[in-house]
Amino acid sequence: MSAKTEIQYAQQTAANEEMKGSSMLIRALAEENVDVIFGYPGGAILPTYDEIYKTGIRHILSRHEQGAIHAAEGYARVAGKPGVCVVTSGPGATNVVTGIADAMIDSLPLVVISGQVATSVIGTDAFQEADMVGITMPVTKHNYQVRSVEDLPRVIKEAFHIATTGRPGPVLIDLPKDVSVATGIFNYENELDLPGYHPTVHPNRLQIKKLQDAVTKAEKPVILAGAGVLHAQGAEELTTFAETQGIPVASTLLGLGAFPGEHEQFLGMAGMHGTYAANMALHEADLLISVGARFDDRVTGNLEHFAPTATIAHIDVDPAEIGKNIETHIPVVGDAREALKSLVEMDGERGDFTAWKNTLHEWKTKYPLWYNEDDETIKPQRLMEEVYEATNGEAIVTTDVGQHQMWAAQYYHFNKPNRWVTSGGLGTMGFGFPSAIGAQFAEPDTPVVAVLGDAGFQMTAQELSILQELNLPVKIILVNNASLGMVRQWQQLFYEERYSNSLFPIQPDFVKMAEAYNIKGSRIDNLEEVRGALDEALAHDGPALIDFRVTPDENVYPMIAPGKGHHEMEGVTP
Amino acid sequence: MKRTITATVNNNSGVMNRITGLFARRQFNIESITVGMTENPDVSRMTFVVNVDNYRSLDQVIKQLNKQVDVLKVRDITDESTVERELALIKVVAAPQHRSEIEAVASPFRASIIDVGRESVTLQVTGDQEKVEALIDLMKPYGIKELARTGVTAFKRSSKKTTIDNPRYSIIN
Ligand SMILES: Cc1ncc(C[n+]2csc(CCOP(=O)(O)OP(=O)(O)O)c2C)c(N)n1
Repeated sequence: MSAKTEIQYAQQTAANEEMKGSSMLIRALAEENVDVIFGYPGGAILPTYDEIYKTGIRHILSRHEQGAIHAAEGYARVAGKPGVCVVTSGPGATNVVTGIADAMIDSLPLVVISGQVATSVIGTDAFQEADMVGITMPVTKHNYQVRSVEDLPRVIKEAFHIATTGRPGPVLIDLPKDVSVATGIFNYENELDLPGYHPTVHPNRLQIKKLQDAVTKAEKPVILAGAGVLHAQGAEELTTFAETQGIPVASTLLGLGAFPGEHEQFLGMAGMHGTYAANMALHEADLLISVGARFDDRVTGNLEHFAPTATIAHIDVDPAEIGKNIETHIPVVGDAREALKSLVEMDGERGDFTAWKNTLHEWKTKYPLWYNEDDETIKPQRLMEEVYEATNGEAIVTTDVGQHQMWAAQYYHFNKPNRWVTSGGLGTMGFGFPSAIGAQFAEPDTPVVAVLGDAGFQMTAQELSILQELNLPVKIILVNNASLGMVRQWQQLFYEERYSNSLFPIQPDFVKMAEAYNIKGSRIDNLEEVRGALDEALAHDGPALIDFRVTPDENVYPMIAPGKGHHEMEGVTP
Repeated sequence: MKRTITATVNNNSGVMNRITGLFARRQFNIESITVGMTENPDVSRMTFVVNVDNYRSLDQVIKQLNKQVDVLKVRDITDESTVERELALIKVVAAPQHRSEIEAVASPFRASIIDVGRESVTLQVTGDQEKVEALIDLMKPYGIKELARTGVTAFKRSSKKTTIDNPRYSIIN
């Protein structure tokens, strides 16, 4: 698979040439170095599809718009470039709303172009009309409806700028059909004029100094690394800062990979299913430095008990995150990499954390993640360890949402950034498989493993067509527990085992399903065959699906029950 | 606590929707919003009176407003020297024998009678919120048939000197 399609169309037209709106759009995408579009055609967007046909810009046809938008998200997360998604008006557009909301809460840069009915009939409940600007207003960083073709180049340029700068996020451009066929002058050279949009990139020196002073004085500091570090491409700076100052690091779910997973200073993931060491470090710390994390409730647990003795320092590019959920003592507004770079350059006096490090070491060794093997079933945790080993920890791992997601987060160690693709904030089932497709486009030569629940896979399984069509070598690891595992766990723990609608009475034959798409499928139900099956799938030059039958009633531990604090973890030991 | 916040925003279609949507989904409690064009037709000015529990919530309101691409500048002018005005129309039940009395009560407020019906009169009053509310309270015993308020619009005074420094003996000014 070639990484980039020849973009010949960029040269076809000179600047300031008169052209149709749809040509402008494709031309602008070329200017933005877009090498792949994920989408699905329909009436209102047909002029654009005609242009896609004529120019040969690479377009991946999903089998449902939700597949296209999650693929664009996976692409964005791994490539660090905006994912582009094109859909038609009405149902095509409403089908991507979940993905837009997902990208918004997880700060993924997307540019979504939705067709719209002609301006003359907007507001009349025309065929396939939906108010996409209204619908997506709360779940986009910004959105536009283009009312005149003259505005189109400016709008596209602004959209890419807004999506990718500051705190990244999705931007929707609603494109009425008549605007895409109207002609106007294409000029992409104009300066951006966004007087209301000035993200703060460079942090205030005084705040950096304050933060460093707090580190020097601290006895029990801890860094909480979030996805902001990854978005800012600051993983290296984070490692340097943490190493030189000797500060231990915990990570949020989305921050995994921002700090090497096997580093001796790494405490693991914090939060609801985080490690004892990470959570207790947050609880006992006297200085908590959050870098690009937003104190989500799945990380903090009950806010009343959160980091009760810590001075809170918070580095975030989005000023609105600072102080939103918890009171912050040392706010630092700015890009995570810039802030970490300033801290590294400041090279402040080291503190003495010896006692703290000993405590953390003790917690780590005394209370590691655990599970009990049995002789009968494949333990899902063990499966994740096997996946980690079979891929040498080098794969891009995408997940769906549920127990398997937590096990992947716990047992796959990410030593490099941008290898971990998961739906954190929205927790969107159906995300895992299509996002793997997008990730594979971002990195054609890296193995991509989609770790999926048997329920979540069925939400977007139609995208198997893409694997078949393009022989895309995504490997699907189905963690099949014949249930909505995470729901089943909560019903077991909090609803007295009333398993309402969480156990599948029947399941499809997933192997046959794969085979229907001409994809290599296999079913594994005993431990001895796990590694062999994984090796075989990974060696296979093309897509593969393995239906792993895992322990049906395994629970994710440790756990902070809802409403509890970090010091109230359950299931810390067998 | 009540705070008065002003924002200049791009005069785009939908900008009002963005702002009110933001307030609704973040559970910010607003008492009033006014909006209108400024000296620059591309820019509108919005004035919000918000009710917040503490300064952290206030900070969130301002930051979330600032985060909107269409919002140019946000300012909490509560503690600054400002000019604040609201207009209210009050339709009061007024039998002929009460009319002169109502007029007498309204006159120190510089409220004017702008419409007279068989059983009611309509007063127009302009001023800061306290003044408007004081008149409304005084009219209640007569029976208010209808009430329409514009909400507060405000900006900073040109001179730095605050009027709050001058002792105020009356809410009527
Ligand atoms: C779209 C959507 N619907 C419902 C949920 C609620 N939910 C969270 S986890 C889960 C069960 C997932 O089951 P499965 O995909 O089999 O994964 P497992 O937990 O068994 O690993 C459900 C229903 C969700 N997160 N997303």
